[in-house]
Amino acid sequence: MIRLDRVTKMFGPITAVDAVDMEVPAGAVCVLLGPSGCGKTTTMKMINRLIPPSSGKIFVDGRDTAEIDEVTLRRSIGYVIQQIGLFPNKTVEDNICVVPDLLGWDRRKSRSRAAELLRMVNLDPGIFLKRYPKELSGGQQQRVGVVRALAADPPVLLMDEPFGAIDPINREVIQDEFMKLQAELKKTIVFVSHDIDEAVKMASRIAIFRDGRLIQYDTPDNILAHPTDAFVAEFVGSDRTLKRLRLVKVEDAMMKEPPRVRAEDTLDTALRLMEEHGHYAVVMVGPRGRARGLVRVEIARDKKGTVAEHQEPLPGVINIDDDLRTAVSLMFTHGVTWLACVDHDGFYKGYVSQRSITNALGATYRDD
Amino acid sequence: METINFIVANLPVIGQRTLEHISIVSVSVAIAILTGVPIGILITQSQIAADRVLYVASVIMTIPSIALFGLLIPILSLIGQGIGYLPAVIALILYSQLPIIRNTYTAVMNVDPALREAARGMGMTTIQRLREVELPIALPVIINGVRNAVVLNIAIAAIATYIGAGGLGTFISRGISQTDIRQLLTGALAVSLLAITADYTLLALQRALTSPGLRT
Repeated sequence: MIRLDRVTKMFGPITAVDAVDMEVPAGAVCVLLGPSGCGKTTTMKMINRLIPPSSGKIFVDGRDTAEIDEVTLRRSIGYVIQQIGLFPNKTVEDNICVVPDLLGWDRRKSRSRAAELLRMVNLDPGIFLKRYPKELSGGQQQRVGVVRALAADPPVLLMDEPFGAIDPINREVIQDEFMKLQAELKKTIVFVSHDIDEAVKMASRIAIFRDGRLIQYDTPDNILAHPTDAFVAEFVGSDRTLKRLRLVKVEDAMMKEPPRVRAEDTLDTALRLMEEHGHYAVVMVGPRGRARGLVRVEIARDKKGTVAEHQEPLPGVINIDDDLRTAVSLMFTHGVTWLACVDHDGFYKGYVSQRSITNALGATYRDD
Repeated sequence: METINFIVANLPVIGQRTLEHISIVSVSVAIAILTGVPIGILITQSQIAADRVLYVASVIMTIPSIALFGLLIPILSLIGQGIGYLPAVIALILYSQLPIIRNTYTAVMNVDPALREAARGMGMTTIQRLREVELPIALPVIINGVRNAVVLNIAIAAIATYIGAGGLGTFISRGISQTDIRQLLTGALAVSLLAITADYTLLALQRALTSPGLRT
């Protein structure tokens, strides 16, 4: 979708971007990451020709950008900046419709599109369409900034640290919202960031820059698991393995089809099951398979009766769609070494233990 | 009391002089806007040009009005217009340049660079950026410059009576030469009243033309 072919930018004698080759597949979120002055922003701005490349070629959707009129090119690429840049003299509605208006869209069509876009980021069009930017909170402004870039439905989006100026709590919320939006829209996105956590969270590909050169371009998991050199390893942080926890879903690390007991089962049945699997506890499920509680091996050994009489509440359950980071955090919170995993309806799907997490992370390291 | 009687008795003449005054000021300010605003926008592109233009405009401001009128007489005599309406208008155009150019320049320079970048990044041409973003945001400050120019010109136009341009200054100059306090007061009052009215009218215009999103 976007291809950079030996793209170089010189500012006087300084090489800001040095022969970068890179390809961003359609629908991917490519995060350009690196310390300030590494050339990541310059690289991004060369894609919509806000900065003209000194040499090299950039192709968007197979077309050489140097051969497209720069104004036409920019109108076909969504652009979001850190300072948001909403026009204070225009209402939210008119801000969102800037590009459709430039393209000469029918007014009714663009205005109804604006309302639809606001709804997508959970802002009530009835309230916000006619407001001015100064009447919005920072988070609301940034949401409008993002949907403004989407207004003319461009296939490509450039985002320059779009969530950098928002407080940490709102940033998480907006990042999540944006990922949901992206899952639906599947735009091709080039996203500049200096925040490795943000990159790991958002990216399908991470490009690490240093002194104008592209050092490593790979999936977040590979970058964290196999940093190409000491610079990348240091940049992603010594806790890079912990960061990988975020990339793996509970569903992919859990032990599936776990043993289970029902309320009416006897403790003997439960004990046999535990011994068979080498577990010291077993989850009790309801009649339709929802996780309800657990029975411990010592109780099952000492007491007589049914599971229902001797079960305890589960110390913690985790959704199979959560990431391992959440799972590990929950384990520490409850002082346990395993968690029951349930789906959205509460059905018991498996369990995740410290050992299964170690295995899930270790699989890539052992590839070496 | 005598002054009031004078005013009542001479209302038609006062009205006519006021119209002359307004005509000189409004024509000169209108032309000054047409020259000053584009110059103010153009010089945002070059620091050197901005420094020079603003310097020249400031120097013009320091020339005493009576001297400027005097200077224009021999020049405009070449086309037979040494005195009267034309030199008055030209002098006022010159005096209006500084407030209008300076305010336009400052206002456009003060537009947040992030807005300029957003506008460029979304595919606005330079003209569209000026029309959609920079000028609407700069407008309140530009109108402020126009207000300054108008008030200044109403005062200076009173002196233009000495080169035969008419206007409310006529009452003042005759009041002085004939030591007639009634005419002097009438002229002074009328000029002040005109300046205050013009100022408030332009203030109202400024409010009306400013986007609600920019009002504080």
